[in-house]
Amino acid sequence: MEEPLLRLNGISKRFPGIRALDNVSLSVHSGEVHALIGENGAGKSTLVKILSGVLPPSEGEIYLEGRRVAFRSPHESQLVGISAIHQEATMFPELSVTENIFMGHHLTKRGFIGWGSMEKRTRELLASLDIGIDPRSKVKTLSFAERQMVEIAKALSINTKIVIMDEPTSALTLREVEHLYKIVRQLVADGKAVIFISHKFEEIYEIADSYTVLRDGAWVGEGQVKTSTVDQIVRLMVGRSLDQMYEKTEVAPGPVALKVDHLTRNGVFKDISFELRQGEILGFFGLVGAGRSEVMRVLFGIDRADGGEISIGGTKVAIRNPAEAMRQGIALVPEDRQLQGAILAMNIRENMTLPIISNLAKHRILRREAENEIAERYGSMLQVKSAGWEAPVNSLSGGNQQKVVIAKWLATNPRVLVLDEPTKGIDVGTKATVHKFISELAARKIAVILVSSELPEILGMSDSVIVMHEGRITARISRAEASPEKVMLAATAATAGHGGERSPL
Amino acid sequence: MTGQKSGTETSARAGTSRDGASRTRAHSLRNLATQWEMLLVYLLVAVFLVNSFISPYFLNAPNLLDSTFNFMEKAIMALPMMLVIICGDIDISVASNLALTSVFMGMASAAGAHTPVLILVGLVVGSALGWFNGMLITRFAIPSIAVTIGTLSLYRGIASVILGDGAYTVYPRSFAYFGQGYIPGTHVPFELVLFAVLAAGTGFLLHKTSFGRRVYAIGNNQTTTRFSGVNVDRYRLIAFTLNGLAAGIASILLTSRVGSTRPNIATGWELDVITTVVLGGVAITGGRGKIWGVALGVFLLGFLQFGMGLVNIPGQVMNIADGFILIIAIMAPELIRRGRAKASLSARRAAKAP
Repeated sequence: MEEPLLRLNGISKRFPGIRALDNVSLSVHSGEVHALIGENGAGKSTLVKILSGVLPPSEGEIYLEGRRVAFRSPHESQLVGISAIHQEATMFPELSVTENIFMGHHLTKRGFIGWGSMEKRTRELLASLDIGIDPRSKVKTLSFAERQMVEIAKALSINTKIVIMDEPTSALTLREVEHLYKIVRQLVADGKAVIFISHKFEEIYEIADSYTVLRDGAWVGEGQVKTSTVDQIVRLMVGRSLDQMYEKTEVAPGPVALKVDHLTRNGVFKDISFELRQGEILGFFGLVGAGRSEVMRVLFGIDRADGGEISIGGTKVAIRNPAEAMRQGIALVPEDRQLQGAILAMNIRENMTLPIISNLAKHRILRREAENEIAERYGSMLQVKSAGWEAPVNSLSGGNQQKVVIAKWLATNPRVLVLDEPTKGIDVGTKATVHKFISELAARKIAVILVSSELPEILGMSDSVIVMHEGRITARISRAEASPEKVMLAATAATAGHGGERSPL
Repeated sequence: MTGQKSGTETSARAGTSRDGASRTRAHSLRNLATQWEMLLVYLLVAVFLVNSFISPYFLNAPNLLDSTFNFMEKAIMALPMMLVIICGDIDISVASNLALTSVFMGMASAAGAHTPVLILVGLVVGSALGWFNGMLITRFAIPSIAVTIGTLSLYRGIASVILGDGAYTVYPRSFAYFGQGYIPGTHVPFELVLFAVLAAGTGFLLHKTSFGRRVYAIGNNQTTTRFSGVNVDRYRLIAFTLNGLAAGIASILLTSRVGSTRPNIATGWELDVITTVVLGGVAITGGRGKIWGVALGVFLLGFLQFGMGLVNIPGQVMNIADGFILIIAIMAPELIRRGRAKASLSARRAAKAP
C-alpha cells in the first residue's frame, strides 16, 4: 500500500501519575474520512492535542507524507498542513469573518494589510464551501454552525492537508449537519484527509471510510467502516470482560432512601424521576452535556430546581444549599476534583474535616485530636498514600487526591452518596480500589448514585442504569438487561437524525 | 518541557522530576512562611538599630511606647483586613469609612452627645459602612476591588459634603482618653493595649476556631468550600463588617487623638493598611498568612515610618517608600519560590548527570 498521508507510530503521552496515551498508531490516507472512536477519556482529545501541536508526545513519531515531523506549537502544526476545528470554536467574536480567517497570516501588499485581496479570497473560500455569510459580518453575530464553517474556511485558507474535527456535530441542527457532511465530502474529493472524532455511530456510518478505536489511551483496533458492524465497533470501544474488572458485592436493597419526582431546571434538565434504595448503586450514564451533573448539583443544593420534588426516607425535603443537603444525609463527590472537590494548597487533614469542622469543634474551638482521628480513620480506610495527613493535597497523585475527596465525604456519614465521575483521570490501580470501595459502601446500606461517562464502569458497578440525553431520561435499564449496545444507543439514539427510528428500549 | 527532544529516556525523566518538584514546592511553601517571619524579625531589628543611631532617645522606653501612637489606628485596621484578604477579597475603602464615621461622631458631639454615645456612633457607623460593602459584593456578586473603589470615593465624598470647608473640633474632654491616654499608673498607651487585645482575638479566631479554618478554605478555593457546605458569602459579609467595625474603632481613636474631624482625615491610609498586611506575609491572592507575620508587619512598617519622620523625610517621599515596600512584599515570596524551583531543578539535573 502507498505511504499514508499521515502516520502515527507508537505515540505515548504521560502526565504525572497517569498514562493518557499508550503506544497509539494511526494511518490516514488522503481522500478519506477517518473516524477516531472511543469513549470519553479514551484519549481522543489528547491525541488531537498532540496532532495539533498543543502537547508534545512523550514517545513516538509522526510522519507526514513519509517525512518525520515534530511540532512545538499549534502554529508549526498548521504550517505543515494540519488544522484542528475545535469543539468550542476559538475565535475573535468582535472581529469580522475575514479578519478571523486571516488572523496570523494577513495578506500584505507592500507592507500594508491587503484588505481588498483578503476579502476577495474570503468570498471565494466561502463560496467554494457554499456558505452564505458576508465576509464583513462580525463573528459574534454568527450561529455556532456558521462559526464552525468559518473555522473550516480558515483551515483551507492556509492550504491545509488534514482537517481534524472534534465532535463537530454535537451542537448542530439536522440541516447544519447535512451541510457539514457536504463540506467534508468536498474536502476529501479535493484530496484532503479528514479525521472525524465522534461517538455517534450513525454519523460514522454516514461519513467515515475507515476508523481507529482507542480505549483507555491505547489502540484497540482499526478497520474499514463498510466491512464492520456497529456491534464490532462497540465491542472494541467498551472491550474487556466486565466481570473481571469489577468486584461487586450482591446487596439486597433496603427501603427507598431517595425519591426524585419530575425534577426540572429550566433549560437544563426536565422531568427527572427516579427512586434509589439503601444499598443500591444507581448508575447515571450519558454523553458530556446530557445534564447528569446538573441534576446532581440540584440534588446537593448548589443550584435550585424550577419544579419537582425530592424526598428523603419518605419525607419531602427542600434543599436550598449544600449545608441543608448534608443535614439530609446527602454527600456529593463532585465532577472536578481540583476545582470543586479538594483544596489543593491545604493539607489532607484540613481537606477531610472541612465539611464537618463545626461538629469536630467544641464551642467553635478546633480540636486537633478529633481532626487527627478523622484523618487517620478515613485516610487509612481509603488507603491514601501520602507522607502523612499533614501533607498538602497537591503533593499527592491524582488518584490519591480523589481518595481524599471521597474520604472527606464519607466522614460526613452520608445516607445518600453521589459520586460524579469518581474515577476520571486516575490510574487503573486506584480505579480498582475506588470501585471495590464503592461496592463495600453499598453493602453497608449506603445508597449510591454513580455518574460516569465510562460505560464499563457503569455496567460493572450499577444495579440499574439511568441513561440521560439532552436533559431527559431516555432509558432505565436493570443490571440484568444492560448491555453496552443498549446503553450507548439510549445515550446517542435521540440525536440520530436519520429516519428517526429508535431502538425499542 | 524538554520531553519531545529525544525519545523515551528524556521524557520519562521529565515526568518524574515534575512529580518531585510539586512535592518540594508544597514543602518549601511551609518553610517559606516561617522564613518570611524570621526575615521580618531581622528587618525589625535593623530598623531599630538605624532609628537608635539617628536618635539617641529612640530606645528610651517611654519614647518607644509613645512612638506607637503614630500607627496603632492603622494597626487595628490591619487585623480584619487580614481576614478580608485571606478570604481572597480586598477593601480599599477603609480610610474613607474612617473619615465618614468621624464626621458622624462630630455631628453627634456637636449635638451634645456624651462620650459613650460617641463611641456607640463610631462602632455602629463603621460597621454599617463595612456591612454595606459586603452586601454589595456578596448580594450582587461584584468584585470587592470594584465595590470598594466606589465606596472609597462615596464615603469620603459624603464626608466632604457634610463638612464643607468646616471642621468639627469640639469633643468632650473624657473622649480624649482613647487616642491620647495611658493605662493608669503606667506609660503604656491605651491604643497599644487595645491593639494587643484585638490582635490576640484575631489570631485566636483565625488559627484556633472553625470560623478561621473556613476563612482560609474560602481564600484557597471558594468553589470547593461552597461544595463543602460552607455559606461562603456569609463569611465574606462577616469579614467586611468586621473590617468596617475596625475602621470605626480606628476612627474613634484617631478623632480622639487629634481632637478634630477634618475632610482629609486619614487620607491614603488604605495603602498603609494593605501594605502592612501583605508585608506580614498574607498572600494578596488569599488563603495564606499568619497573625504573627501581620503583627511584625505592623511594627516594622510603623517604626520604619517613624524613623523616616525622625530624619524629616517628607510625606510624599514616605508614600514612595510605602509603594515600594508593597510591591516588594507582593513580589518577594513569588520570586523566592521561583528561585527555589529553579535551584532544585538544576540540583536534580546535576544529580542525574553521569
